[in-house]
Amino acid sequence: MPRVEIDRDRCKGCELCTQACPQQIIRMSREINAKGYFAAEVFDRSRCIGCCLCAVVCPDVAITVCSHGMQYHLYDY
Amino acid sequence: MMKTIFTNPESLAPNITHYCPGCTHGVAHRLVAEIMDELNVRERTVGVGPVGCSVFIYNYFECDFLEAAHGRAPAFASGLKRANPELIVFTYQGDGDLASIGTNEIIHAANRGEKFTTIFINNAIYGMTGGQMAPTTMPGQVTTTCPFGRNVSDAGYPIRVAEMLATLRTPGYIARGAVHLPHYIVQAKKYIRKAFQYQKENVCYSMVELLSTCPTNWGLTPKESTAWVEENMIPYYPPGEYKTPEDAEDA
Amino acid sequence: MAKILMKGNEAIGEAAIKAGGLFYFCYPITPQTEVAEYLARRMPEVGGVFLQAESEIAASNMLFGAAAAGRRCFTSSSSPGISLMQEAISYIAGAQLPAVIVNIVRGGPGLGGILPAQSDYFQATKGGGHGDYRLLVYAPSTVQEAVTYTMKAFYMADKYRNPVMILGDGMIGQMMEPVEFPEPEEEALPPKTWATTGAKGRKPNIIKSLFLDPNALEHNSITLQKKYLEMEKKEILFERYNCSKNNKLLLVSYGTMARICKTVIDELKKKKISVGLLRPITVYPFPYEAIYRAAQPAKVVLSVEMSMGQMVEDVERAVKATRPVHFFGRTGGIVPSPEEVADEIRKLVA
Repeated sequence: MPRVEIDRDRCKGCELCTQACPQQIIRMSREINAKGYFAAEVFDRSRCIGCCLCAVVCPDVAITVCSHGMQYHLYDY
Repeated sequence: MMKTIFTNPESLAPNITHYCPGCTHGVAHRLVAEIMDELNVRERTVGVGPVGCSVFIYNYFECDFLEAAHGRAPAFASGLKRANPELIVFTYQGDGDLASIGTNEIIHAANRGEKFTTIFINNAIYGMTGGQMAPTTMPGQVTTTCPFGRNVSDAGYPIRVAEMLATLRTPGYIARGAVHLPHYIVQAKKYIRKAFQYQKENVCYSMVELLSTCPTNWGLTPKESTAWVEENMIPYYPPGEYKTPEDAEDA
Repeated sequence: MAKILMKGNEAIGEAAIKAGGLFYFCYPITPQTEVAEYLARRMPEVGGVFLQAESEIAASNMLFGAAAAGRRCFTSSSSPGISLMQEAISYIAGAQLPAVIVNIVRGGPGLGGILPAQSDYFQATKGGGHGDYRLLVYAPSTVQEAVTYTMKAFYMADKYRNPVMILGDGMIGQMMEPVEFPEPEEEALPPKTWATTGAKGRKPNIIKSLFLDPNALEHNSITLQKKYLEMEKKEILFERYNCSKNNKLLLVSYGTMARICKTVIDELKKKKISVGLLRPITVYPFPYEAIYRAAQPAKVVLSVEMSMGQMVEDVERAVKATRPVHFFGRTGGIVPSPEEVADEIRKLVA
């Protein structure tokens, strides 16, 4: 089961992760963060496949991905 | 037991950057740091920073850094690498730094085959100074110093640096990637890995050009900017490996 | 004539156009990039030429080319860029070409900072580039002066066949003040028969600064020196503010720093401390004589600059050891407050 953690206060609200996610399970929050940006948030964790594309595309290293159990090797990185 | 499968590389400082939301400098920095970690060279790496938005790059890496005069990073890097060949040296430059004021320095460093690596951020505009025309600005693109759009009969066509450096006889590794969309980022990391590997093995000069976004000065949102790169820059600046040191044997 | 509220950088661009400076070569650098951005839009409107070069080295050499063709041309940059232009400026002076260079000074040395400073005084007035030459240098104190002296600079450049510099700073470049552009009143100048416009019907013109024969090179330098002596006789400009025989202290300051000094003088007047200001408007040729005379009633002279002390050396020279000369300054982009300057004055007149 993979888990994506988005650091709310690192996020600058660029929305690139919402575009990158193949499962389309990231959206922008309705509440502003410490800097006044609408941070990204995962709204349906159960459908996360741990592909890490959100973290790959994030310019602010705001996303950490953890997993336990089996994780498919989807691409060389 | 939870295993981390993606996190901040050790070579990248934990600071929040000053870059605009959606600016792909952050991605380029992270890729370089990931490779530094993978090749285990952080402690003997020295970066040479440019004048441009990434002038503060030294705040974002956990390695030694020099701040070069505008365009002169390849000269600084040549001196540094020759003084201390066991260092892993990289320059990180934008389109003003490398393709405008620094064209002389980059051509000659590449031509001498200086064994450092250049990461060239091509976002078709001068970001830091507020959005002026760059040598890489696309025809018809509006910037503050071509307010009616880049006119090729007055300013010429954009410069394709990767192709240009690939024509030099001296062996080198010259590649172009992009960092606007995930599959390009994954490919770009491979080019960056090869570039640093060539340096680690003391083979040749290496450069990876990275097509990047500048949402603020393009007047687009970050997502719109990734579409702009895809539609306007990819066709003119095709990604790929333009030269490898093995090619030179056929020359 | 109606005044327009304009940003200094843009006003300088407009002033150049009004003076017939229709050929502009540049490279972006903070805090003067607005000159380029304004002219990118404006030059096509007036039929002029705007060219953003690949670097300041290129821009300043393009300036040489346009000047050689007999055109009124100019460039603008800021400290690190002006450093890059020194070689070309030396060539322009050596070849006796007219050109106008605008320096919107920022903190240095090196990449320095982007805030205002006055640390390019030596570079502007003592040569900057190699060889025996000088620049005629105007140091405006307000955006209006920046306009007035930019317009005058083109005339002076043509009159003396020498490069002329406008030494502004980041404040002049960035602030907005009301300005007007008076019609230039100029005495007619002889036509530029020396220019490389095509040798039709005349012997070829060669524009060069190389003189391998030492006698010829000395002769060239003597020719240049004659111009500088003439500038020293005719072109010195300065302002006296509250200078009188009651002065306890004489301030010497230029540019925006001088405006702060005027505030200090007005404040100290209320406290019955009489201080005068001699403000050089041309920093080359330097108003040595005027400073000497203004210093005589005072007990002490204080040079106030946004630097570590550059003009103070010329002030010492002016005063000829008849009065002690002190220096007060802040640098790095810090603008001294009137209180700081007043404190320094009080220490010296106590």
